Amino acid sequence: MAERGVQWFRFAAPARFYGLAGRLVPWLAGVAMLLFAFGVYLGLAVAPPDYQQGDSYRILYIHVPAAWMSMFLYLLMAAYAVIGLVWRIKVAQAMARAVAPTGALFTVLALWTGALWGKPTWGVFWVWDARLTSELILLFLYLGYMALHAAIDDRRRADDASALLALVGVVNVPIIYFSVRWWNTLHQGASIRVTEAPTMATIMFVTLLVMTLACWLYASAVILARARIEVLEREHHSAWAQAVLEKPE
Amino acid sequence: MRTRRKRLLLVLVGVAGLVLATALVLNAFRDNLVFFHTPSDIRAAVVPLDRSVRIGGLVEDGSVRREADGVTVYFRVTDTVVAVPVVYHGILPSLFREGQGVVATGRLQDDGVFRASQVMARHDETYMPPEAFEAIEQAQREQARTLLPEGR
Repeated sequence: MAERGVQWFRFAAPARFYGLAGRLVPWLAGVAMLLFAFGVYLGLAVAPPDYQQGDSYRILYIHVPAAWMSMFLYLLMAAYAVIGLVWRIKVAQAMARAVAPTGALFTVLALWTGALWGKPTWGVFWVWDARLTSELILLFLYLGYMALHAAIDDRRRADDASALLALVGVVNVPIIYFSVRWWNTLHQGASIRVTEAPTMATIMFVTLLVMTLACWLYASAVILARARIEVLEREHHSAWAQAVLEKPE
Repeated sequence: MRTRRKRLLLVLVGVAGLVLATALVLNAFRDNLVFFHTPSDIRAAVVPLDRSVRIGGLVEDGSVRREADGVTVYFRVTDTVVAVPVVYHGILPSLFREGQGVVATGRLQDDGVFRASQVMARHDETYMPPEAFEAIEQAQREQARTLLPEGR
């Protein structure tokens, strides 16, 4: 099986993952910082104000990428959790755990910036509409995942139990995404959809993409760095981990 | 290998069941999940009158009237079919204007006027620079001007 198996399984070997991730992280983090700087410049200096909301709409350049990342990272976390649960791949189990804090961070950012945006446009910081409530549930799912994993001492059982929780929470992601279409909400509909042209000016759209890419690279860098430590901790009895621990780079 | 397949099957069956259960629950709660009712709902009397509700729609053009005290506002909320008169005493969000989407929380009085305790502005998913908006309005005005004489 191992000989006939797919080549990329070799990257799932903890030692290889540790080395590869170590080389990737500085690059990802560096490019992310550059893109953040560029995106902030575009968003604050180049992009024009909105015809209705004036300058307050600029919050969307961090709000929308954060909200997208919060949903995407949850799917990623659940996918790694399932791979870890079914195939018992150690790197996948470590990755699932490493995704959670960054996902929670982006969820908090989305909720927080959303409240700051809601006050000047809607007139309220918070309402219990379907979009906002389901995003809040997403935060609780992330926090619940982390708490459950931390509460169980046996790492194997912690991985399995929290993987199930992550899996159960997956149903929430389409609810967040489609809530603005399924129900009346105070939150407006999506400006950018896969099937249609975006309902925003091109420069605004480009700025949003730059910020999204920056968030994406940032998330990759932090998650890989965290997963690296997690893998090292899980494998600390093995020969390669001992070698790394004795001689840090 | 066999245990792996079994675990995978269990996960897939579990997720399928979960999705089905969620879909059924959401379907059952459909009416309770709406954030606001439309003026048509109010007219059709499907909205409870004995407690506070939210109505949403557009502020009807030409319907906004301010009392001399500056904080009491009368306007109509319309879904382009039915319009409900609203009275509100307080500070309106800055996005509030005629033609704008709003959601008002309050109670329908016996005289058919909706007394709002809170008015929230709703904005749509369109973002553009003010110049682009003016260009669109300009184009629409000119189109209207060229179309009108032919219509006569």
